[in-house]
Amino acid sequence: MTSQSRPPLLGVDGLVVQYRRPGAAPTRAVGGVSLEVRSGEVVGLVGESGCGKSTLARAVCGLTPAEEGRITFDGTPVRPLNVRRRDPALTAVQMVFQDPYGSLNPRRRVGAQIVDGIRAAAGRGETDGPRTPEEYLSRVGLPESDAQRYPHEFSGGQRQRIAIARALAARPRLLVGDEPISALDASAQLHVATLMRSLALESGAGLLFISHDLSVVRHIADRIAVMYLGRIVETGPAAELWDSPRHPYTQALLASIPQPDGAGVLPAELPGDVPDPSAPPSGCHFHPRCPHAFDGCDREEPRLTSGGVACHLHPAA
Amino acid sequence: MTTTETTATGKAVEVLRIDGLTLDLPAEHGAHRILHGIDLALRPGRIHGLAGESGSGKTMTGLAVLGLLPDGARTGGRIRLDGTDLLTLPPRQLGALRGRAVSMVFQDPSTSLHPMLSIGHQLTDHLRHHRKLDRKAARARAVELLGQVRIPNPAAALRSYPHQFSGGMRQRIAIAIALACDPQVLIADEPTTALDVTVQAGVLRLLRRLCDELGLAVLLITHDLGVMSALADSVSVMRRGRVVETGPRGQVLTAPRHEYTRTLLDALPGRNTP
Repeated sequence: MTSQSRPPLLGVDGLVVQYRRPGAAPTRAVGGVSLEVRSGEVVGLVGESGCGKSTLARAVCGLTPAEEGRITFDGTPVRPLNVRRRDPALTAVQMVFQDPYGSLNPRRRVGAQIVDGIRAAAGRGETDGPRTPEEYLSRVGLPESDAQRYPHEFSGGQRQRIAIARALAARPRLLVGDEPISALDASAQLHVATLMRSLALESGAGLLFISHDLSVVRHIADRIAVMYLGRIVETGPAAELWDSPRHPYTQALLASIPQPDGAGVLPAELPGDVPDPSAPPSGCHFHPRCPHAFDGCDREEPRLTSGGVACHLHPAA
Repeated sequence: MTTTETTATGKAVEVLRIDGLTLDLPAEHGAHRILHGIDLALRPGRIHGLAGESGSGKTMTGLAVLGLLPDGARTGGRIRLDGTDLLTLPPRQLGALRGRAVSMVFQDPSTSLHPMLSIGHQLTDHLRHHRKLDRKAARARAVELLGQVRIPNPAAALRSYPHQFSGGMRQRIAIAIALACDPQVLIADEPTTALDVTVQAGVLRLLRRLCDELGLAVLLITHDLGVMSALADSVSVMRRGRVVETGPRGQVLTAPRHEYTRTLLDALPGRNTP
């Protein structure tokens, strides 16, 4: 177990990210999120599309500027990318993106792209790891000769492994995966997810794993955070959250997963659509769809309690 | 190898029967065999699932029924709809059946709907073509269809465009279009794969209800065994262009007889967790 006294590897505190459009009010994609990832810990972030998961991931890597709040990596603030050179210390945060067809350069050999990562690590003075792209390819289960090939010669699952190898080559202390498995075949998904977990933990890094696939997240994460419309509504140890979800949204999310048990049970339906994030409902964002909403839910925003749930049904003790 | 299933309901006659379907696609040297003799049967009010990994030939089987195969494709075997062999039907007659007796719902509702045409246009076009309805009658039918798939305020929805709807609503509209001419057979190719789980649940419930109410025979193509378990009455598992196992849902998903089905089930998250 990680000691609670040490500062977390990644600290996100009251983060707000807004997107501006001409002629409209800014859209609050992330509205006050606090989250921690410790070394050697896998945190799964789940939620429906449009809830702000990817925006949060991008902000953590400094790809999207924060409006309010603080993001710290290993005690130093993460500054967003701008015209100046990126802080070399931040190369210890590496990201694996959703689409391995877009994230690899089609015109460069795979080996050369992995070398970029090795150089990034060397730039921070970390030279003790494997020195050649071949070693990283074999760590993700690909033959060493693949270093001489180009991305188009690989399948989606193999490309995602290459993207992981490239991220690992930079010797990350925090690995961020933004839907890294959703573009993959069902049979490859679990495989790649478990690979990310074991490789991150082997090197003692933390992993922030973002996905809309709850069953995969349940399988690899130590802790799960559930996001709804820009806010974290519940967080807790993976098994606990899965077995006894407290927030009505988490309950609905879990109930809507069809089980492959052969019983022919139709999953429960959560009525309504995800509201427009540029005009979120007042109070608790979930109240228009919540089966347990009562008077007051539409007025006051519930805070995330120390118990890890943001719901008026579970007030802070 | 015909499986003579004794069904309780008297009306469970096969509407669509595929026997020994083979498919060859042109390749660089000669032809490449994609399907090696597929046997399937669809019954009214029943959902038959087709499972398997990508590249196993699930989608090609569905497209073969509609005669929407790529250029140069050669088929063998028989696909009989109420006794008529669809594979030997002249293109004009097949065109008359497609969208009327057999229709299809595709995976991605954001590409299967035309972005520049109103929902009303896309729903009535095909009614006027196949059913020769006049403008007013087609409109009335369109409103009824949108109500059937639970689109709020159908009359206003007819004037809207696809981008004004969420993914789940778009898929409901695509289903309404597929149902417009009262088809006997609906082929649903990964109908919920592009949707979030919460939205998926609603579309699955809709498909089940439509199948029961309208007596549709549904071929459900999906790689998601959870979806399969929720919706399908019977399941065929495909691998490399062959059906390796067919049986009732409960048996295939809990006591599979074929090694490959077991591998698929074992690959699911949660199976090996303590």
